[in-house]
Amino acid sequence: MISNQIMFILFSAMIIVFSILTVTSRKILRAAVYLLFVLVSTSGLYFMLDYQFLAAVQLTLYAGGIVVLIIFSILLTSHISQKFEPTGIMKSVFSAIASIAGAILAIITILDYNFSATAQAAKEVDMRLIGNSLLSVDYDGYILPFEVISVLLLAAMIAAIVIAKRGGPEKSELPTLKQE
Amino acid sequence: MSTGIPVQYFLVLATIMFFTGIYGFLTRRNLITMLMSVELILNAVNINFLAFNRYLYPHKLEGMFFSLFIIAVAASEAAVAIAIVINIYRRFATINVEDVNEMKH
Repeated sequence: MISNQIMFILFSAMIIVFSILTVTSRKILRAAVYLLFVLVSTSGLYFMLDYQFLAAVQLTLYAGGIVVLIIFSILLTSHISQKFEPTGIMKSVFSAIASIAGAILAIITILDYNFSATAQAAKEVDMRLIGNSLLSVDYDGYILPFEVISVLLLAAMIAAIVIAKRGGPEKSELPTLKQE
Repeated sequence: MSTGIPVQYFLVLATIMFFTGIYGFLTRRNLITMLMSVELILNAVNINFLAFNRYLYPHKLEGMFFSLFIIAVAASEAAVAIAIVINIYRRFATINVEDVNEMKH
């Protein structure tokens, strides 16, 4: 009981501190590493909620895949030691006011609402159940979103290749890089 | 596992994370850091879905599968966005959104 709460406080403190560092850090590579810490603590929260499969997916796909992709593109597009200019005072003040106001509004609503848990027994989420529901056409099945997501992944893969590859030979004559 | 923690704590945590992402999206001017803010926002939504699923509807799996699909969408979004970023960098030699103001090529 108590150890649970200590773990939750630890994970949420890590998430909040590192998310704020992610959006305020002036070195881009450090921002990416802070984002990695946020994603790993989020997967810890998933473990606390007893969704082991999703926590593993979060670790491999987010922390392992997306962060590596982001770090690669950072290394391709900027100097490692490059620092951003600080954001304008007015812009950061107004953005902070907007987001803090939104957060306060949402938190008040959450704390005000009376959530009622069901008396139904919890379902054991194991791999067999996940696989069966993903591929079943019954009432509890998710075959349609599964197929949609596979088509989306294929389309995204082809799109990424088509966008990122260099243009054809007739385009390479044009001056593509604008020198500073 | 999650006994002793009210569902509201998870929701408040996700709210703070979400609005941190919004703040980053509003203030950042670099395409990759804006992408990182979007990842923060998507993650906060995932925490919300899972907390609702575990606490309010533990006999169903909707929240879990929705989070799974959100993770897949976030992955494909990151792949396409980074391809676009690299293409923009090739053409303009910068990824600052204020310097990229023409779509013609």
